[in-house]
Amino acid sequence: MHLLQVQNLRTTFRIDAGQVQAVRGISFYVKKGESLGIVGESGSGKSVSMLSIMKLLPQNAELQADHVQFNGQDLNQIDQKEMRKMLGSEIGMIFQDPMSSLNPLLTIGDQIVEPIRIHQKISKEAARKKAIDILRIVEIPSPEKRLKQYPHEFSGGMRQRVMIAIAISCNPKLLIADEPTTALDVTIQAQILDLMHDLKNKMQTSIVMITHDLGVIANMCNRVLVMYGGTIVEEGTIREIFYQPKHPYTWGLIKSIPTVSTGKREKLIPIPGSPPDLIAPPKGCPFTARCEYAMKICEKIPPQQITLSETHRAACWLMHPKASGVAKEVTV
Amino acid sequence: MVGYIVKRFFASLLTMFVLITITFFLMHSIPGGPFSPAEERKVPASVLQKMEEKFGLHEPLHVQYVNYLKNLLQGDLGFSFKQLDVSVNELIAQGFPISAKVGLIAIGLALLIGILLGIVSAIKRGKWADWTAMIFATIGISIPNFVLTVLLMFFFCVMFKLLPTYGLTSWKHYILPVIGLSFGPIAYIARLMRSSMLEVMRQDFILTARAKGVPEYRVIFKHALKNAIIPIVTYLGPLVAAMLTGSFIVERVFSIPGIGRDFVSGIGDRDYSVILGLTVFFGVFIIVMNFIVDILYAIIDKRVKIEE
Repeated sequence: MHLLQVQNLRTTFRIDAGQVQAVRGISFYVKKGESLGIVGESGSGKSVSMLSIMKLLPQNAELQADHVQFNGQDLNQIDQKEMRKMLGSEIGMIFQDPMSSLNPLLTIGDQIVEPIRIHQKISKEAARKKAIDILRIVEIPSPEKRLKQYPHEFSGGMRQRVMIAIAISCNPKLLIADEPTTALDVTIQAQILDLMHDLKNKMQTSIVMITHDLGVIANMCNRVLVMYGGTIVEEGTIREIFYQPKHPYTWGLIKSIPTVSTGKREKLIPIPGSPPDLIAPPKGCPFTARCEYAMKICEKIPPQQITLSETHRAACWLMHPKASGVAKEVTV
Repeated sequence: MVGYIVKRFFASLLTMFVLITITFFLMHSIPGGPFSPAEERKVPASVLQKMEEKFGLHEPLHVQYVNYLKNLLQGDLGFSFKQLDVSVNELIAQGFPISAKVGLIAIGLALLIGILLGIVSAIKRGKWADWTAMIFATIGISIPNFVLTVLLMFFFCVMFKLLPTYGLTSWKHYILPVIGLSFGPIAYIARLMRSSMLEVMRQDFILTARAKGVPEYRVIFKHALKNAIIPIVTYLGPLVAAMLTGSFIVERVFSIPGIGRDFVSGIGDRDYSVILGLTVFFGVFIIVMNFIVDILYAIIDKRVKIEE
């Protein structure tokens, strides 16, 4: 049985203009000890789907799921209070912007000790010792001194290490990282990714890595979900997604990765157009408007998920037998 | 830190000097004086002259001004022109504790209720609790407190005869003056707190706290409140100064023997030394309060560095 199993998750936001269907029926799973990448543009529903599972959405959000199971527990059945016991202890979360994700008026120590004391019910002194150990694990020098400092005394990279320290403080089974490197300098990005990679191996934690950077996915993950317009358009192992991508959107993502190896001056190929309006999502495939291989049927009927291997699925009409030869596959 | 205090001190001295100068000349430009013969009792001209000489009123204005400053430097605020053998220093020593006591209670009440109302309406944004609190706050801000105190007095003292109308001899005497004093500040603090709280609850670190499994009451009272309270601290300086030095209107309406009442009657009587003395006292008080607030900032928010 998988650590996290989600069946047909739908999340909508009520706003003045109507209902934004941010997540439109996605199903996926996370295995024990693996790291799953979720890739897609801003607004494709990556973060919202994870926040939905953690019941951390604002009040104007509504979510439904046929089935959400974490570590053998049915999350559909439990209320927010019980969920809170799992948050921070069994599920740790790392956010995008370390500059704004730490409380500016509390010391780093307070913020790391807090989840430890809430979930493990140990003394203040023991929790402090544990916090020092964790700061060592995330490679923050002189942790005893650093505990008493405030976030503004830390650099961006150091703050993200603190965020990671908070997330792993109670040895979670699942670590959700929402674009953990987007707000950091490139050199710091690599350090943070290395750290997460080490931690994952040491702690046997499953990681869900939300990002729009395929490079990060290639380095960190075993499997990838490609999200577009609130749906999963393709899912597969790293190898399958990078070497046998089947969905035109995945092709576009891969073509828009800059390469430095060839030496030739190559233009990046962007995906033209912009993501669909999720207040009135398209009837058929959400990518139709931007897809250079779009057919008549794409506009009218949403494509079914087609299973290509045990791990590889994609939702595209091009894979229908009648559409063979319409498009040429892209590989790296 | 020491350099900062010294700098602040000299800036405050300059402020006080300007304040005293303006008050002095404005006060003397009001028609009439403390011994004007416009009263019912006719005072013989010779007596009037003697009295003016005793208080130095016969001197030219600029000489009086310099004399006043000289005495002030020695901490002497002079004698009241109207109350026999009472110095302004004594007047403050008597009146200020009374004003301060009523004021402190009112500040405590205003902060407690104001902050709570603000938090509740921010959390229940758009719900009936929010609407009720904000309608209450709007009323509180729009009704001037001289109207409010008179209304309170009419209902509670005259119509229902529940509470006494004047003096300060039992706890019952405190109820109406404290409500009268704190009503406006409650409304103001509630509105300030609401908008500040709404702003803070949108911040990323609130989501971080929730993702750590922190219970909601702790998210609100530990993570959000500390951040949201900073604007209230700003308002605290002028508020404390205004409340502790007594509200002119409230003390007058309820006949509370505080310095606010002394000030109002001082102006009516052209009691020059009382007007000036209390102005100096209020001025110093407000400056000191604002200074304390600046220090408080640095204590609450470690990012604020006190500039040298």
